[in-house]
Amino acid sequence: MKQRIVISGRGGQGVLTLTQLVAEAAVAAGHEVITTETHGMAQRGGAVLSTVKVGSFHGPLVGPGDAEIGLFLHADNLPVHGHYLRPGGAAVVNGSGPLKVDSVDADRLAAGVGQPRAANLALLGYAAGKGVLFAGPDLFEETIRKTAPAKYRDQNIAAFRAGVEASR
Amino acid sequence: MTRHVLMGNEAIGRGIVECGCSVAASYPGTPASEILEAVVAFSRETGHKIYTEWSVNEKVAYEVALAASYTGKRAAVAMKQVGLNVASDPFMRSAYLGVKGGLLLVSADDPGPHSSQTEQDSRFFAMFAKIPVLDPSSPREAKEMVGLAFELSEAYEIPVMLRPTTRVCHARQAVPLLAPAQEKRTAHFEKNPKRWCATPGFVLGLHRDLTAKIERLAADPRLAPAFFPGDGTRPRTCIVASGVAFAHTWDVLDDLGLAGTVDRFQVRAPYPLPKEFIERIHASYELILVVEETYPVIEMQLADRRIAGRVSKFVPNEGELTPEVLRAVVGKFLGLSASAAIAGARPVGTRPTLCAGCGHRAAYYAISQTFPRGIFPGDIGCYTLGMNLGAVDTVHCMGAGISQAAGFYHAYAQDGAEFPTIVATIGDSTFFHSGIPALVNAAFQKARIIVVILDNSTTAMTGHQPTPQLGVTASGEPGRSVSIRDLALASGIAFVKEADAYDVEKFTALLKDADRHCRSADGGVAVIIASSPCVLAETGPARAPQAVRITEECTGCRECLDMFECPALVWDDDTGKVGIRQAACSRCDVCVSVCPTLAIVVDEGAPA
Repeated sequence: MKQRIVISGRGGQGVLTLTQLVAEAAVAAGHEVITTETHGMAQRGGAVLSTVKVGSFHGPLVGPGDAEIGLFLHADNLPVHGHYLRPGGAAVVNGSGPLKVDSVDADRLAAGVGQPRAANLALLGYAAGKGVLFAGPDLFEETIRKTAPAKYRDQNIAAFRAGVEASR
Repeated sequence: MTRHVLMGNEAIGRGIVECGCSVAASYPGTPASEILEAVVAFSRETGHKIYTEWSVNEKVAYEVALAASYTGKRAAVAMKQVGLNVASDPFMRSAYLGVKGGLLLVSADDPGPHSSQTEQDSRFFAMFAKIPVLDPSSPREAKEMVGLAFELSEAYEIPVMLRPTTRVCHARQAVPLLAPAQEKRTAHFEKNPKRWCATPGFVLGLHRDLTAKIERLAADPRLAPAFFPGDGTRPRTCIVASGVAFAHTWDVLDDLGLAGTVDRFQVRAPYPLPKEFIERIHASYELILVVEETYPVIEMQLADRRIAGRVSKFVPNEGELTPEVLRAVVGKFLGLSASAAIAGARPVGTRPTLCAGCGHRAAYYAISQTFPRGIFPGDIGCYTLGMNLGAVDTVHCMGAGISQAAGFYHAYAQDGAEFPTIVATIGDSTFFHSGIPALVNAAFQKARIIVVILDNSTTAMTGHQPTPQLGVTASGEPGRSVSIRDLALASGIAFVKEADAYDVEKFTALLKDADRHCRSADGGVAVIIASSPCVLAETGPARAPQAVRITEECTGCRECLDMFECPALVWDDDTGKVGIRQAACSRCDVCVSVCPTLAIVVDEGAPA
C-alpha cells in the first residue's frame, strides 16, 4: 500500500493537526509514514501545504502530479495546490459553492456540532467516509479519541462523524 | 522499545535527552525552534534532568554549552543556519581548542529558503572550522546521529555538527524511543590555560592537533558512506547523495522503476570525506551524479571533473532539491527521455500578512501615515511583514535595523540638508538578541533616529518562546525579568516612552514628539516601546465585547485594504464594498481610524 496525500489550507485552519492525525492513523494501521509541514513566516495567513506519504517512501515531499489524494481546507487553495494531484486523483474540498470536485461544507458541519475550529476533522470524516483514504472511518475516529485533548475530544469526534454522515 | 510519530526536531530533542546530555541552549529560529522545546518536554517526561535555556542569541547559547562541555558534561546547542553566523566567533575557535564532554551543535539549514534570509549550507561552515558534520535524511536518522555525534565528539574532543534541513526538521515519522542513558557526571573543570586561554603562541600547535583529528576522523568507519549496490545493468555509474536529497532521489528512482539498477552511496558525514571513498569513486565510476543541499560540499571534496553536480551546473545551484527537480536531474543523468512537465501555471498563494488585530499593524500604520517621506529600516520577525504596509524599507539580519537607521542618518546628515525622519522597528526578542549593542552605538554616536521597539512579550514568529523581560525560563520556571525601558535609559537616551499602538491618535502624537526630539539642538535617539501582547499568545488581549461594522458610507475606495491589510477586512465583489469577517476580527478597532469616509464604526449595540 502506497498513498501520497496533500493537505492544503490557510494558516490557522488546523492543517498541522490534521497532518499529525493522519500520520498517527497510518502508524496505527501498521504502515510506514513520513510527512512534512509548513512553519514560520509562511504560516502567517498564507496558503500552507502538508504532505503525508503512507507506505515505503523515504523522503517527505510529494511532487506535482504525484498525489493520489488532496484534502483542501479552503476552496481558494485548489488553484494554488491542485497541481500536486495526479490525473484521476481525488480532491476533497471544504466549500459550499458550485465546485467541480467533491466538496462538503465542513465549516457548517463543524459549527453544527458546536466546534467551528474542527472543520478540518469534518473534512477528514467526509474523505474517510468516501473511502478514498488508506483506511476507513473507524481507524481515524479511534486515532482522534487517542490524540485529542480531553476537553475537545467529544466535539472533535462529533465533527468527524458529521463529515462521515455527510459522505453517505 | 516503543515507537512514536515525532517531528524531526522532536526526534533530535529526544536524542539529546537519551544521550544523557546535561546542558542544552538555543535561540529560536525556523526550522530549528522545536528542538529545545522537545528537550524540555522529554526531560520532564523521562525525569532526566537537563539545564535548558533560551539564550538571548546564538553566540551566547554556543558559549554556555561550550563551557558546560569543558566541565566534562555533555552539552548541546541548537540554532538555524543564520544563527551560526552569529555564533561563528566562538564556534570557529572551539574547533581549535576542542571540547571535553561531548558537544553537539545542531545547525538547521533551510534550502528554498522557506523562512530565512539565505539558503547557505552549514556543512561548509563545518568544513571551514574543520569539524565533522552529519547530514541526516530523515527524523529517525537524525536521532541516531545525535548519539553518533556525542560519541565522536568525546572520542576526538571536537565539536560535532548535526545539519538537518527543513524537510528533516519538519518531517514526521515513527521513531523508536529509548530510556535516557543513566550516567551521572559531576562538573569538573580542569584548568589548562595553554588550551582554554590559548594565546597565539599556542594556537599553531592546536591547529596541527585539529588537522590530525580531522584526518583520523576521515578514516573512522563510523563516518563511511553507506553503499547500496545496483544490479549491474548500469555499469560504472553511481549516484552519490546526502541528507533528504538522498531520500527524495530514492523515491524518484522508485517511481521510475529504476531503484535497483544503479549503484548508490549515501554520504552521512559530508565532511570530512574518507580518502578511501574519494579514491573508490575516482577509480570505479565514469558517470557520477552528486546530489546534495545546498552547496557542493561533497562534490568539491571529490574534485572530479566528470561529476554531474552543481559545479558543472548539471544540478541547479540554487533552491531546494524537490522531487520535481530531482526527477529532471536523475532522468537526464540516466539518459531517459524527458517526461512532460506538469501542466498548469502555479498561481502564487495568499501572501503572508500580520494577524487580524496585531499591534504591529497599528504601529506600522501610524508610522507610515505620520512620516510619508520617512526611511524605515526593519528587522527579523513577524513585523518584517510591515513591508506590506509600506513601513519597512530594509530587512537584513537580526538587529540590523537600528544600526542601518544610524547609517542612513550619518549618510544623509553629512550632506548638510535636512535629514529624513528615520524610524527603525525591532521586536522585543530581536532587540535582546542583537539590538542592544546597535542601540548603544547609535546613542553614543549621536544618531538622530527613532527606534520603535515592538514589544509583544514573546518570540511570536517561531512559536512563542519567552523573552527576557517576561522573566520565564525555557522550562517554565520564573527567571529574572530584564526591562527594555531600563536598558534604553542606561544607554543614555533622553527620550524613552512607552505607548499603546492601538491608540492611533496618541501614538501618532508620540511619533511627532519623537521626531521633534531627534531634530532638537541636543537631540539624539528617541525610543518608543510599543507594547501589545501577541494576539496568538495564550496571554493575548481579550476580545472587546462590541463588534466593528461597515456602514453604507463605504465608497469601496480600498484604502483600508491597501494601507491597513487586515485579514478581517475583505472585498465583496457583489456589493463593490468592503466587508468584515467577524470570525477573524479581534476587535482592536484600529480600522475605525483608517477609513477616510468614517464608514467603519464600533457597533455599540451589537452582541459579541
